Amino acid sequence: MRQPFTPETPDGDLVSLAKAGGLDAFEALTNRYELRVYGLAMRMLRQEHDAEDVTQQTFLSVLENLEGFRGEASFSTWVLRIASHAALKIIRKRKGLNTVSLEEATEPADDLNSIPHPEYIADWRESPEHLVERNEVRRLLDDALSRLDEKHRLVFLLRDVEGLSVRETADALELSEGNVKVRLLRARLQLREELTLVLGDPKRQLVKSHHHPA
Amino acid sequence: MKCEELLAMLNEYVDGTVDPAVCEEFEKHMAGCNPCQVVVDNIRQTITLYQDGEPYAMPVQFREKMHDALRKKWKEKFPPKSFED
Repeated sequence: MRQPFTPETPDGDLVSLAKAGGLDAFEALTNRYELRVYGLAMRMLRQEHDAEDVTQQTFLSVLENLEGFRGEASFSTWVLRIASHAALKIIRKRKGLNTVSLEEATEPADDLNSIPHPEYIADWRESPEHLVERNEVRRLLDDALSRLDEKHRLVFLLRDVEGLSVRETADALELSEGNVKVRLLRARLQLREELTLVLGDPKRQLVKSHHHPA
Repeated sequence: MKCEELLAMLNEYVDGTVDPAVCEEFEKHMAGCNPCQVVVDNIRQTITLYQDGEPYAMPVQFREKMHDALRKKWKEKFPPKSFED
């Protein structure tokens, strides 16, 4: 007999039902996360066909590995982790590299001393609430995002767009929390710089006096 | 607190996870440093813009194709029992 569930049914319950062979529970999970996975893939890859591949691969992999999912991480983190790896795999392939290890992307330069200082500082001409509705702003956001190094972009997307915690982002990407924090800071600062160059009001530009402590 | 130190604590401040004592110093610095204040505002606005953007629409045809593929795979994994036919 089919067990009832609603949009409020927790992921964990749907996972248990799906593990017991409930296709409708599995489909409900897919419906819940497919847009997030597709959006993450589009923002990582900017190519519809590749984003579709990542989305389908992700849910096929969820289906294949569901039995082994023990719930150490939340289901959403687990799904986004699978999607992140699938997206990185395509990026590496585009670059002609075979490796998919995120650890290998860890660079010693990921320390706080090498964080670039803000350069163009100005109040924005409009509030985000007004800007978000404009098509050219969407393009500006996507362009700025695409210029981030993929390892910074992925951390920004998981943390700030998908709303994972620093801990969850670290789990999803198999990175240390410290590494996630530094990458997130780099991503946020670079995006701020690029957006402010376009959205900042030149009349309200501020020049920063550089301190050079001895 | 110097501008460099503020930069290092930026994530924690914006995310509201900064230690209260540090938070006080942070705000004291911003009150006297307009550029840092604006950078913090800009960072918040940047995050808001990305969070509030329209989600990407998934092509309907692709969605149907994917769900078909998933159902097919599911039936291989969990073959339907005869009494459920």
